Amino acid sequence: MTSDGSAEHLSPALRTEALEQLLTERGLVDPDAMDRLITRYETNVGPLNGAKVVARAWTDPAYRRRLLDDGTAAIGELGFGGPQGECIVVVENTATTHNVVVCTLCSCYPWPVLGLPPSWYKDPAYRARIVREPRTVLSEMGLELPGDVQIIVRDSTSEVRWLVLPERPAGTEGLTEEQLVPLVTRDAMVGVAKVEAP
Amino acid sequence: MTAPLSVEGPAAPPRSNGELVFAEPWESRAFGMAVTLYEEGVFTWQGFQAALIARIAAWEAAPAEGECWSYYRHWLGALEDVLTGGGTVSAGEVTARAQALARRPTGHDHAHGHEHDHPDDHPH
Repeated sequence: MTSDGSAEHLSPALRTEALEQLLTERGLVDPDAMDRLITRYETNVGPLNGAKVVARAWTDPAYRRRLLDDGTAAIGELGFGGPQGECIVVVENTATTHNVVVCTLCSCYPWPVLGLPPSWYKDPAYRARIVREPRTVLSEMGLELPGDVQIIVRDSTSEVRWLVLPERPAGTEGLTEEQLVPLVTRDAMVGVAKVEAP
Repeated sequence: MTAPLSVEGPAAPPRSNGELVFAEPWESRAFGMAVTLYEEGVFTWQGFQAALIARIAAWEAAPAEGECWSYYRHWLGALEDVLTGGGTVSAGEVTARAQALARRPTGHDHAHGHEHDHPDDHPH
């Protein structure tokens, strides 16, 4: 808080650069290692990981049970883990129950399976409104749910990161796990969309 | 505690299923510093998260006039809060260094074409 006065005049880019220099001089960060970390999150760690988890759960009933029982462990079976993945809880969307995820206080998000959150997820309007009027917000985002579908808003806490296991769309019974992966979108795994059959 | 995060396989890059995660380069550096320092045990994630929540709550209670919502601005503020709170750096030295960087002669940044041999804007 003590830095606020100066932050008015110095751009966040300058403060960030200054901070990185100071931390580098103290041996606390290695810029090259940071380059690799950032590249990993920009290119490798993303919703494709979660899509693989979902497709496996759709095609392997035993895996689906393990996933709903202990998300972190079952996700780890596919090689995904790391920061923000320590306590992932997976909830299943069905024809009668629809889960949607938010972090009302900041922007907690299951990085290992979804990557870093999109801007709308961090936006104050989404964070406030999805709790108060989820059906309206989902409708605005293009998801019309029948009136008899129960909506459950899952608010991340300091520990839990939620992942939605979307409903497998009708008409995909003949598809293999590999064919199902590209159908699964990030938005469906946050619960603001459904997975559509191809 | 390096996390096994890489993805094998030839499938489409995850960005095709999402969007660019950082709007500006400094956002990625602020992100990278927080994750690196957490992994080194400089602070706990709970501590950082509490600082982030406090920064966001303060802004939402009284948005700065004329200042658009910027998630990573709060992220950076939270990072400075935990580092100054823990004595790792002082707010004054961050400000002093940032002011020194601001005084760099023009031509340092991308405004002038003759500096094309510096693709990165951070020191190595």
